Amino acid sequence: MSGSCHEPAVAVEAPRAPTITRRIALAGNPNVGKTTLFNLLTGLRQKVANYPGVTVERKSGRLVGHERIEVVDLPGTYSLNPRSIDERVAYEVLVGRMRGEPAPDVVVCVVDATNLERNLYLVSQIMDLGLPVVVALNMMDALAENGLELDVEGLARRLGVPVVPMVARKGQGVDRLKEILLRGVPPPPAERRWMLMPAVASVVEEMAQRLGEEAPDVPERQRFFEALSALTSDPLLETWQQRAPRFYEAALEARRDLEARRVPYRQAEMIGRYGWLSPLVAEVLRKRPDAQERTLSDRIDAVLTHRVAGPLIFFALLLLIFQAIFSWAVPFMDAIEAAVAWTGEQVRAVMPDGFLEDLIVDGAITGVGNVLVFLPQILLLFFFLGLMEDTGYMARVAFIMDRLMRRLGLSGASVVPLLSGYACAVPAIMAARTLDNERDRIITIMVTPLMSCSARLPVYTLFIAAFIPKIPVLGPFDTQGLAMFSLYLLGTGMAFVAAWVLKTFVFKGESAYFVMELPPYRAPQFKQIVYRMIDRAKAFVTRAGKIIFSLSIVIWFLASFPRAELDPELTTARQELETWYAHARDSLETVGAPVAAFEELEATYEERLAPIADAEAARQISQSFIGRLGHALAPMMRPLGFDWKITAGIISSFPAREVIVGTMATIYGVARASDDEIILREVLRADPAYSPLVAVSLLVFYVFALQCMSTLAIARRELGTWKWPAVMWLYMFALAYLFSLFIYQGGRLLGLG
Amino acid sequence: MTTLRDLRPGERGRVTGYVSDQLPPRLFEMGLLPGTEVELIRLAPLGDPIDLKVRGFHLSIRKHEAELILVERL
Ligand SMILES: Nc1nc2c(ncn2[C@@H]2O[C@H](COP(=O)(O)OP(=O)(O)O)[C@@H](O)[C@H]2O)c(=O)[nH]1
Ligand SMILES: [Mg+2]
Repeated sequence: MSGSCHEPAVAVEAPRAPTITRRIALAGNPNVGKTTLFNLLTGLRQKVANYPGVTVERKSGRLVGHERIEVVDLPGTYSLNPRSIDERVAYEVLVGRMRGEPAPDVVVCVVDATNLERNLYLVSQIMDLGLPVVVALNMMDALAENGLELDVEGLARRLGVPVVPMVARKGQGVDRLKEILLRGVPPPPAERRWMLMPAVASVVEEMAQRLGEEAPDVPERQRFFEALSALTSDPLLETWQQRAPRFYEAALEARRDLEARRVPYRQAEMIGRYGWLSPLVAEVLRKRPDAQERTLSDRIDAVLTHRVAGPLIFFALLLLIFQAIFSWAVPFMDAIEAAVAWTGEQVRAVMPDGFLEDLIVDGAITGVGNVLVFLPQILLLFFFLGLMEDTGYMARVAFIMDRLMRRLGLSGASVVPLLSGYACAVPAIMAARTLDNERDRIITIMVTPLMSCSARLPVYTLFIAAFIPKIPVLGPFDTQGLAMFSLYLLGTGMAFVAAWVLKTFVFKGESAYFVMELPPYRAPQFKQIVYRMIDRAKAFVTRAGKIIFSLSIVIWFLASFPRAELDPELTTARQELETWYAHARDSLETVGAPVAAFEELEATYEERLAPIADAEAARQISQSFIGRLGHALAPMMRPLGFDWKITAGIISSFPAREVIVGTMATIYGVARASDDEIILREVLRADPAYSPLVAVSLLVFYVFALQCMSTLAIARRELGTWKWPAVMWLYMFALAYLFSLFIYQGGRLLGLG
Repeated sequence: MTTLRDLRPGERGRVTGYVSDQLPPRLFEMGLLPGTEVELIRLAPLGDPIDLKVRGFHLSIRKHEAELILVERL
């Protein structure tokens, strides 16, 4: 950009993007290089939004140098017969039925040259929509490495659409693709090049005609494809029930008819398309004499999915990820915490004391801090997940774990969301999107919040440190570490039990299947992993942030009102202190004391003020709405060993678990004291209302209870109903209550506590 | 009757048909159709699922589905 040095230093709002005149959609199977190509076509100015009603990201940008042309990166899909939510989005955009989004003007179908037949299956479906198609024949480098040669010209001629060979990772072929796109792409030839078995074809022709009469807005060239989809796919047929009821009936009728004649109509489309593509690929693909039977990827697989080495390597990797999340992230988390505290102090320093100051510092800034603190862990987790996805290892994890997970009503692909749950349930639930079986997906989402997330860690840490004596057990292990480990184990074990219960009693009889590609291993592109990591983290911060932010304000309000009447003793103490301070300052000023003396006085004053302020705060919270609620609900929680203070803490931590630590600090009047965590530990230990038994009961309560607004909100979005999130909250609360009850009462019977 | 499940690692076969019509459509879309050649590459560490090579790529399915696919050994 020229003359950028003359631009004002202040960031100026970017001018509004010019109106879109053309839309290019990037479609293709998963892992073929769509996003790599997308980044090349759009540069770094990308927009990530959501498709209406679902949490699938809509990634779009403008073609570099052509601001009026929009490029959209669609989720990967194997066919236009969608199974997962991601695939459904790709399907709806391509057939032009996505709300608020016209069908694209051109489709760039990205194809993995080393896996032509299956990739071309989708190309042939998209061609049947009548949309202009360009095939981006990617991974030409890998093709050569595998000892294969491809007649690109011949492929283009046989398909009837332009084909651009490329190596997206190295940027090769992109200029050629852009040239073709800018020149304009004609729609593919109108006559279908593949043959549908005649018995089915005649039925579909008839249906297509009926569709044309009943839904004339479906483009003429698309009708045959729509009719075929409605005939063979139940979910796609359903979409017509309202819009074209006679067409819908005709499809049902046609099915009955074909079934009676024992025509394998559900496989007819696949047989037809592969019947065209298989010989076509054989004609254009040549094996060089030096081609190897086993590729490098095959040889890597021999190790990574090996009977013994495979699981060992996987568990070693898990350990590494845990280590990263729980220790490498800590310094960053400390830094963020310090930064948030510092910001609060700065605001306190400039704002007049009072209501607004408290609202901003204790409500808003603390609330945002509660979310930001988890960012390092979430970024690290996303980095590892991105690495595993990008290299193709994730599919192997599912392959290795499927048998075990299936016993529990889950699938191999559930491993990733469950593991992510150790960091944070929000991204974990989002990760469940890749599960293409609805039953597996619901079960996975329902049990993921039982995995101990990092928000439980501060609670675990506080109460373990306060009540579990530290006794060495063996080597580096001690009782506190073991206690921590048991909490994780308890949550994880319960997740498996819950999954099994859901599978056995709620979703009984519904069969799940597992058909998964094991893609070739590829060297990761760190730049892309980092982009995606940042994208996802942004989504997390905005989604979770909004909710926690507003709820933190609500909780702050409930803890601050109604205002407690002043305690005369405290008021006197405060007044005396202030008078003393004013006098001392004056006398220092008159003698012209050095700055150090003033600072020392200031420190003494702060030190003496802290206990008074803390006592006032404790009084306040006890009389606030939360305090009253704590008193009111305490009888219900008493059988678990909880008094009104813990009850108030639990209520205040409804939006986010870790809030209980702050609430307890306020209740005990140590919030302002320096080193408040250590002091809080001491005062908790000193309070006769608590014993190790109460602590264990509370810890177990936090293992199970779903004290997280963000999780409920994300589950609602991903499952599209409040029913499941409600069930989730209730069953987790029931588990929490019953287990704590059992532990506390059982412990009492045994004479503990 | 030989099914895909009966193949041992390294063995190849050709799909001849299906035992049931309840197979997931995705299986057909991935190209596991009558006449297709498949090779059983290996079993997962716990014995299930299995890793197949079909049309030049690796496809993993469970034994439960493999049992429903008829093959002739090659
Ligand atoms: N060998 C090779 N790998 C590529 C090429 N383009 C992309 N990749 C790799 O393929 C994998 C999937 O790429 P990505 O763009 O995320 O694919 P998407 O899932 O279709 O969006 C990544 O590991 C890329 O590094 C290419 O031209 N050659
Ligand atoms: Mg992608």
